[in-house]
Amino acid sequence: MNAQADPENALTNLDLETSERPHLDSNELIINMGPQHPATHGVLRVILRLDGEKVLGTECVIGYLHRGVEKIGENRTYTMFNPYVDRMDYVAAVSNGLGYCQTVEKLLNVEAPPRANYVRVILTELNRIASHQLWLGTHALDIGAMTPLFYTFRDREEILKIFEKYCGARLTTHAFRIGGCQYETYRGFEKEVKNYLQYLAPHIDEYEELLTTNRIWLERTKKVGVISAADAIALGVTGPVLRASGVKWDIRKAQPYANYSAFDFDIPTGENGDTYDRYLVRMAEMRQSLRIIEQAVNGIPEGPIMAKVPKVIKPPVGEVYHSIEAPKGELGYFIVSDGSTQPYRVRVRPPSFVNLQALDIMVRGLLVADVVAVIGTLDIVLGEVDR
Amino acid sequence: MTEEPKSSLPPPAPAPPKPAAPAKPAGPVPVPWTSALAEKYQARHGSSLEALTYLGQNYFVVDRSLIPGMLQLLRDEDQFDYCVDITAVHYPKREKQFDVLWVLYSFVRNERIRVKTQIADGESLPSVVRIWPTANWLEREVYDMFGIKFDGHPDLKRILLPDGWKGHPLRKDYSILQQDQEWVQINLGIESGQ
Repeated sequence: MNAQADPENALTNLDLETSERPHLDSNELIINMGPQHPATHGVLRVILRLDGEKVLGTECVIGYLHRGVEKIGENRTYTMFNPYVDRMDYVAAVSNGLGYCQTVEKLLNVEAPPRANYVRVILTELNRIASHQLWLGTHALDIGAMTPLFYTFRDREEILKIFEKYCGARLTTHAFRIGGCQYETYRGFEKEVKNYLQYLAPHIDEYEELLTTNRIWLERTKKVGVISAADAIALGVTGPVLRASGVKWDIRKAQPYANYSAFDFDIPTGENGDTYDRYLVRMAEMRQSLRIIEQAVNGIPEGPIMAKVPKVIKPPVGEVYHSIEAPKGELGYFIVSDGSTQPYRVRVRPPSFVNLQALDIMVRGLLVADVVAVIGTLDIVLGEVDR
Repeated sequence: MTEEPKSSLPPPAPAPPKPAAPAKPAGPVPVPWTSALAEKYQARHGSSLEALTYLGQNYFVVDRSLIPGMLQLLRDEDQFDYCVDITAVHYPKREKQFDVLWVLYSFVRNERIRVKTQIADGESLPSVVRIWPTANWLEREVYDMFGIKFDGHPDLKRILLPDGWKGHPLRKDYSILQQDQEWVQINLGIESGQ
């Protein structure tokens, strides 16, 4: 990693004075992309400054989905707020719940029992795969490849079925509780998960067959939306986007939570930091998730699934920041407790929000059609960006 | 304990549990944080800085005057090259109403710290966009939600709420049902958004 090699350079690359707007001449065009645009994955509005087809600069306008999640958190008890976090990154609701529950557990100074941790890891990794599958399908669709969408949604369905059987919900799962898991695994859970591992491995090859050496895919993704490691770090970009730029950093390894330290897995990284490398990194991550799930499902210990936590959760006065590796990057919660049943302050550090900031430097100099590819490759969920 | 049934007056039975309750919440408290990093900054800044640790998480509580110099040093000398988050907490009853926090991480050290300072309402802070460009949107969000201004920010404006909105929703005096009625009426053409 050469992050600190030239931090000065990283800053000068990043042209901070975006506010300066030269007046329009005949070559320049300001175009609104979104908020109603199929490729913005929700309600993202990007103001593009164009010279013909070339992008000179962008400005993101966000907040269309803002519903004040942090304010809601201050006005609900710790337990009542738990389902709300699922609604931020709704394609990876399990990860959101895990981060929140672990942060409150940290405040309470309790640990989830080992069995709960195993179930948590299995479901979170399944959710990571589901999130990446949804990303792959929609990203490829944006670029013009329709087939992967059908493949990935077919396979994602099986994960959602497991979620539904486990906790009754497919998307906003509310699978975990503060202190562990509410539900014991259903009969046949292990078998179904194992079957799914068997089922998915060849299917990931199938996705790759469609895309990895596909001429059109290569043309549309190679050298598109490049971000260097130094710029990525300076901009706070995390997750697969950071790893594709060559920074081998994953919170599951760097500061293990749940019981990730017990599992053997690799951190896939890229070299060029372009859209293609990000694609490869996410594909490899799905395979690593399968490895983790396999180890976890074969080793689920017996025992309780809930730690001893009081019915009414009243953490002692204090403040804690805890973050996990969500499918999109570092998802952090900063919670301040004043000793009452409601958090005094809940701050969510959303990976999509911070990653989206990199859009501007990634698309400068590219063509309009590439903006669609770069928005896709950042893998943002507007529910989380806007909260 | 009143065991004798003969006593006619009903004794105030819930009295004994009451004094027991305040004694219970003896939760963990922040303790001084000792490390090379903490000592370095304590030696440099003395009483305007406190190094604490709570539940294994380390943080500095610093005087406002140390911002942004200390943050710059943390990045340049101590390799805290990744600014994870910037946020604030509102304590309306305090004289200095706001806690502002920077969550920092160093890839080289694999260490996470927080820097916390207190400012009064209306007081501004220097922007750290030039130290960590990621601060751009994070500071805009703090401004949007709390009304804290950052001097030297390249484009300080609202980010999640519409530009013309009045009020800063994450302040404690902003009720959860409150909204900018005027904005809603003009821009949405409805009486109320509730």
